Amino acid sequence: MHEVSIMESAVSMAVETARKSGSDRVLAVRLRVGALSGVVPEALRFAFDVVCQGTPAEGASLEMELVPAGGWCPVCQADFQFAVFPGECPRCHEPNGELRHGRELEITSVEIS
Amino acid sequence: MCKECGCGLGGDVRIGGDAHTHEHEHGHGHGHDHPHEPPPGHGGQTVTLQRSLLEKNDRLAEQNRGFFRAKKLLVLNVVSSPGSGKTTFIRETAAQLAGRLRVGVIVGDLATDNDAARLRAAGIPVVQITTGTVCHLDAEMVARAAGQIDLDHLDVLVIENVGNLVCPADYDLGEDLRVVLLSVTEGEDKPLKYPPLFHSANVAVVTKSDMAAAAGFDRPLALFNLQRASHHARIFELSAKTGEGMQTWLDYLVERHGAGQGRKV
Repeated sequence: MHEVSIMESAVSMAVETARKSGSDRVLAVRLRVGALSGVVPEALRFAFDVVCQGTPAEGASLEMELVPAGGWCPVCQADFQFAVFPGECPRCHEPNGELRHGRELEITSVEIS
Repeated sequence: MCKECGCGLGGDVRIGGDAHTHEHEHGHGHGHDHPHEPPPGHGGQTVTLQRSLLEKNDRLAEQNRGFFRAKKLLVLNVVSSPGSGKTTFIRETAAQLAGRLRVGVIVGDLATDNDAARLRAAGIPVVQITTGTVCHLDAEMVARAAGQIDLDHLDVLVIENVGNLVCPADYDLGEDLRVVLLSVTEGEDKPLKYPPLFHSANVAVVTKSDMAAAAGFDRPLALFNLQRASHHARIFELSAKTGEGMQTWLDYLVERHGAGQGRKV
């Protein structure tokens, strides 16, 4: 529910990256957003358009890679994907898998002109 | 601005009644980005970043943590939904630790200083953060608030977060322990509805246990759900109102304070 401030960070990193590379235009911003990151992708997209206005990122595209909740099962000694979190390992039904993925909230790359 | 809750719109964050809006930069003078060649896209140059969008907060939280450790403080970040009994729980914790540990409180609220006033009336040192419309505390607000409380004469700093089970999960404040409350009146499935926050907790406290029977609280189910969402968390069950279960909780804090920090002279 704090998508605007999250997106402000993303856009400011993107604009700063462009500036340092001598570019005045951000063409695309790419994010990784985990299923358990606490933010809503649609709200991020809405915030992106608002936050970009009047910046070198205005008109840029936003690409989001959604990362599902993934765990590691201590019994199977292997990774698995949670059907729901919290949930059990689909192979052995062990309930205490460790959460390994799904909390991501990252800017992976930006494309600049 | 934000579609769900409007967080980020409206007034300034106020600490101890003072508005203070300028930003503090704590970064070093270089980034972590390295230009890379292609991959696909829009005809431009792709620059790989791989940076957390929360890195500014995370960095400030680590600064807070170091500062608090140097002050030999045990720091708690208390989170829950509105109305779970955070303020009463904190007030009774502080009052009943008197003579063992000295407790100060930073209170976050969207509006009003009612909670701070309740704690102050009990003789507890308090700083209020009024977040306006921001739905969580962040590390920068806590750093500013900590400057307004006499930490040298405290052993435990309790941060009462804004009542919200979503956003505070993402924001490290520099605490030693994240403490999530679940009251018996709010439903046994809360841990499953808000798994990121419950999962991030070090301690889970079932509050208002004196009302369990009246609320038809299914205790085994609630504990089962808590363990599923946060199987590493230490669980306490208590009533701040009647004192039932408080002693175990207080002993735990004394032990954690002693283990982590060592007493002040």
